Amino acid sequence: MTGADRPILELDEVSAAYGPYRALFGVSFSVGRGTVVALLGPNGAGKSTVARVASGLVPASSGSVRVDGRDVAGEPAWRIARLGLAHVPEGRGVFDSLSVEENLVLSFRRLGGRGQVSASLEQAYERFPLLKERRQDRAGTLSGGQQRLLSLAKVLVAPPKVLLADELSLGLAPGVVDDVYAGLADVRRKGTALVVVEQQVDRALALASSAVVLERGAVVYFGPPSGARAAVEQVVDRRARGRRHPASS
Amino acid sequence: MEQLLGFAVPGVPYGCAYAVFAVGLVLTYQTTGVFNVGYGAQAYVSAFVFAWLVEDHAWPVWAAFVCAVVIVGPGLGLALDRFLFRRIPSSNTTAKIVTGLSLLVGIPALLPVVFGNQNLVGAPSIVFNPDTVYFHLGADVPVNGIYLSAVLLTVVMLVVLVLLLRTTRLGLEMRAAVESPRLLELEGVNARRVTATAWAVCGLMAGLAGVLLAPTEVTVQAQDYVTLMVAAIAAAAIAALRSMPVAAVVAVLIGVVSLTAQGYLPTSSFWYSAALPAFPFLVLVGALLFVPGLRHLDEAKDPLSSVDPPPPPPAARARRREVDRLVRTGFFVLLFAFVASMLTWMPPTWETVMNQGMAYSVVFLSVTLLTGTAGQLSLAQATLAGIAAFTAGQLAHHLGLDFLLGGALGAVAASLVAGLLAIASLRLRGLGLALMTLAAALLFDVAIFPAQAVSGGTGGITLKPGWLPLNLFAPNGHAYFLVVLLVLVLCTGGVALVQRGTVGRFLTAMRGSELGAAGVGVNLPWQRVLAFTLSGALAGMGGALLAIQQTVIAPGEFNYQLSLAFVVIVVTTGVGTVEGAIQAGIGLVVVQQLMQYAPQRLQGLTFVLFALGALAYAAHPEGIVELEKRRWTERAERVLTRRRRAPATPAVTGRP
Repeated sequence: MTGADRPILELDEVSAAYGPYRALFGVSFSVGRGTVVALLGPNGAGKSTVARVASGLVPASSGSVRVDGRDVAGEPAWRIARLGLAHVPEGRGVFDSLSVEENLVLSFRRLGGRGQVSASLEQAYERFPLLKERRQDRAGTLSGGQQRLLSLAKVLVAPPKVLLADELSLGLAPGVVDDVYAGLADVRRKGTALVVVEQQVDRALALASSAVVLERGAVVYFGPPSGARAAVEQVVDRRARGRRHPASS
Repeated sequence: MEQLLGFAVPGVPYGCAYAVFAVGLVLTYQTTGVFNVGYGAQAYVSAFVFAWLVEDHAWPVWAAFVCAVVIVGPGLGLALDRFLFRRIPSSNTTAKIVTGLSLLVGIPALLPVVFGNQNLVGAPSIVFNPDTVYFHLGADVPVNGIYLSAVLLTVVMLVVLVLLLRTTRLGLEMRAAVESPRLLELEGVNARRVTATAWAVCGLMAGLAGVLLAPTEVTVQAQDYVTLMVAAIAAAAIAALRSMPVAAVVAVLIGVVSLTAQGYLPTSSFWYSAALPAFPFLVLVGALLFVPGLRHLDEAKDPLSSVDPPPPPPAARARRREVDRLVRTGFFVLLFAFVASMLTWMPPTWETVMNQGMAYSVVFLSVTLLTGTAGQLSLAQATLAGIAAFTAGQLAHHLGLDFLLGGALGAVAASLVAGLLAIASLRLRGLGLALMTLAAALLFDVAIFPAQAVSGGTGGITLKPGWLPLNLFAPNGHAYFLVVLLVLVLCTGGVALVQRGTVGRFLTAMRGSELGAAGVGVNLPWQRVLAFTLSGALAGMGGALLAIQQTVIAPGEFNYQLSLAFVVIVVTTGVGTVEGAIQAGIGLVVVQQLMQYAPQRLQGLTFVLFALGALAYAAHPEGIVELEKRRWTERAERVLTRRRRAPATPAVTGRP
């Protein structure tokens, strides 16, 4: 496989656990360059864990994770981040105690020297004027939506090869969700591959080029977005009837 | 004016010494998230090594400085990070405080073991000659090398550190790493290395402070550094552990105000003997009551903390029924054998030792209840024990009251003081609460216990045989043993019942999550006051029993260092269960007694052992003894199940 059509992120039979509690059972899927994968499934299906294993926050107990063709199993998160994988975790992905500007500077410093940093800051403020207004405030004082925009500002100015966006829309007002998705579309236009973890199925599928549906820590669907809706409905249906899926027993 | 200057200027070097440590505390807290009470001990190590190399090994001053400050200081900091603080989850405030405490207790005890008892006189000064008067302030206030060194050190350190923290990339990364190391890793930064660097910088600063302050005292003693820490804590608290310049200014003011007041107050007055030494602690109490920033210290901030696996359950609750029955039977057999031995063949020395251990166990039960069950860290338990002992002593001395009855009244007094302490610190939690109790302990140490009316001066109160019925002082009788045993059994049963009952559930809920407990209708302030009151009564009873055993109640017997050691010891053996308290009491005295047979040099090792145990607390919050118990229980279970039937496969559950 040549460098160009090699997937940017590949998970192969990945299992993971939190202490004695197992969360993933042999998850496999891949993300092509510049494509968007929607990661769907009900609460507790293991969506966030997949993202955490890919970014190195949770170690895989077996299987392999490849970023840009390089096996990163057992590597610390900071090394994986330097390979060009960005992860915006669920809930809050910014440093509360640092100011808005310091949050941005922290990200931009690895791009280059002081000149590069201030140029990047200018770009970020141009795209999100609100952040410029509040640049001296502590990031913890921003609203939930503003914090997500701050996270997006980082990846927009310094586009990674692949971005894992974990529940970016959770708890946001519908109008703000639109802003966030507009930001995600911008990120995609810059050539970044996206893995969008989402509970709002329609939103994610509208953006996606393929979809993964998880149930109880295992993949039950991996294919084009058109078939994903049916798979999600089946999962929800099984849940409602209280049946265990064979993959997890 | 001239007189004021004459009194105030000598306060400056003291104030600067406080400032150096206060700035260090704020720095450590800002860059590592740890309120490192052991900072003073770190400084002492460097000072010790420096003086030792110069005095005993005739090293040139510069070489000793490089070794002590540039190598030992950061090296110690790195070691603390690598072996201790890295293992503690950032949300576990208790573990962080206890680890710092063990360092403060353990390091000064360890040095004589390693290097032998040293009396290091007059460490050399690096920058200015301490005895040379460089110039005069006003007409005749001399300014010598000590003043100049102290001021120079403080100013340089402050400027360098503020610049480091506020303007450099490293400073930014350090502050980010405190909030969430994982989030920082997602930015492509090696958070472990950042934190390790922070510890090395803090270690360097501690070493520098230690060596530069060494010439201000005649000899290099751990005690001086511990005392400096206390005033520094007050200054750091006023600055809400946030602003280094504020901490430095307040620290200098504390030094200047203390010495100025010392100059003006008549030496025989109450103000001179009690209020003046208590001044830094009053500042600390004021800060804790009125600085709003201290109410929200150490609230878990890491958005990625859910990545950590949940903690394991304690051994006693994970036992199978068969094993549980075996353990219980074994316990009663052991108890019977112990009582029979004590009444028949036990040599008097060991009977005394065991009695003392049981009295300690009663005090330690107070830690079990307060810290283990309610999750509140108190550093004043020895003080509470002392309150009861002195109350009983004074009642017996003045009214001729029976000492046991007096002890009971003393326990009531101790529980009242504990309750008041809890009411005063209702708005604090975690680190703030620990500091408040520490301030209370220190207040009693310097201002109340030494007073003539309380303890009868430094000699203390000597117990007279007439104060006690039943011939409790007789060396060969078993009356004291039976009394202590009775009290211990009642208290153990009482605490176990409280733990299992409604109150215990409320307290456990409060420990788990204050917010959650309040949500289901637990009256948090009342539960906390209750926990403190009960714990005060237990500590008081234990204190009175200890006093009978020691026959002298001296102010030094109940100082704050003992409180620190108490927490460290109980945490080592297991703070969650009543067995833990008894293991702690017996373990402490048995180890101490065995040390009597060891060479003189190893005498200090008792506390080192327990300090080492508490360090294991970081990885195993249930206590090292409790951990071993669980391992053995699991082994026993495996043997039992194998005998009965084919081994059952452990259930594997998916995460909900």
